[in-house]
Amino acid sequence: MAVLTVPHTRVRGIAACVPRNEESNYDYELTSEKERKMFVKTTGIETRRVAEEGVTTADLCYQAAEQLIEELQWDKQEIDALVFISQSGDYILPATGILLQDRLGLPKTTMAYDVNLGCSGYIYGMAQLGSLISTGGIRKALMLVGDVSTATSSYRDKSTYLLFGDAGTATALEFDKDASEMTFNLQSDGSGYDTIIIPEGGLRKFVSEESFKYKDHGNGMVRNGIQVALNGEKVFHFSMREVAPNIRELVENRLGKALDDFDYYVLHQANMLMNNSIRRKLKLEKEKFPNSIQRYGNTSSASIPLTIVTQLHEQLQGDVKNIILSGFGVGLSWGSVNIHADNLVIPKLLEV
Amino acid sequence: MSIEKFIDQVEEEFEELEQGTLKPDSNFREYFEWNSVNALIIIALIDSEYDVTINAEDIQQAATVQDLYHKVMELKEAS
Repeated sequence: MAVLTVPHTRVRGIAACVPRNEESNYDYELTSEKERKMFVKTTGIETRRVAEEGVTTADLCYQAAEQLIEELQWDKQEIDALVFISQSGDYILPATGILLQDRLGLPKTTMAYDVNLGCSGYIYGMAQLGSLISTGGIRKALMLVGDVSTATSSYRDKSTYLLFGDAGTATALEFDKDASEMTFNLQSDGSGYDTIIIPEGGLRKFVSEESFKYKDHGNGMVRNGIQVALNGEKVFHFSMREVAPNIRELVENRLGKALDDFDYYVLHQANMLMNNSIRRKLKLEKEKFPNSIQRYGNTSSASIPLTIVTQLHEQLQGDVKNIILSGFGVGLSWGSVNIHADNLVIPKLLEV
Repeated sequence: MSIEKFIDQVEEEFEELEQGTLKPDSNFREYFEWNSVNALIIIALIDSEYDVTINAEDIQQAATVQDLYHKVMELKEAS
């Protein structure tokens, strides 16, 4: 069981950047007004931010990172590690994190690499980077997390187009021997690999002329092979089945606490109905579950930090807050973590 | 837990359904627009009221309200 405790690592700050360009789901032309209203009512998603063509995840993360470094007054020479967590890198190779090391003006003594994960990426990334920091060898580190998912979703596919928004985020982690422990519970189930998938363009189905041909999959789903396919019912069923037990295991069995002992639960923002159902399973009140999905849609791995920046900016100042973060989706991959938010530096949301 | 209660709950969840419209042998797909969003609403409803997670195939295979209800009861007994 991948339950791990990471000592000596403190989350210092979180920043987020979204494209200024906003799209409203009420304006989508390919469904009836009634269907659009039903969609908004169920998923909660009213508007989404959509990156202009050519703007990449790295561009958004770069802006968030510069803002955070400045706000923290970190000396760039002291940043020992950078990890880029995304499924929308600049190139197939090299890894985008390495380009960001140079672009941010970090020294050559910085280690940089990528992690290829989506909705669970924020939790997995924090487990990895936190473990490195806890050894004492890495003092200051940046975790750059996000996706420009709209670049690979088809306008003519109502099962994906209305869900995704774009965002890039930066989280600063630092070695601190007095920091409270972070405890993780990480899981995966590759049998559900095709639940959310871009089927072509990798080595299993190498890109070909065929990849660019739009195909009608019925039910308002027209897309090509290098665009994302999502089985909504399967994702929903998976999340309903796995997320609450994962959190319960972490809280009750590993931490020996009650669910009610935590100040906030920041869940990946995939679907409002889903998050409400997970909350009901945990029998907790609405006030502990902040949401950003209404305005920004499903922003993949950026959804947890984006929700913190937009919804908990004030709440996480002052006393230490004991919070649970939980990410779940593509892979299938999921996990949750308990962290103590101690005067986090959270700059205002950046829009570019 | 009776099928009448189950029908009440489904009717309450969907605005376009007037109370008393559905019968145990009704094909529920004929009574409101059937799409994946509505499937999610049914999954969530069953989950919160009966504490079992029904999957999309189970809903697809159910022809009538009664079929769906029996599936829920079957899952409940197995849990």
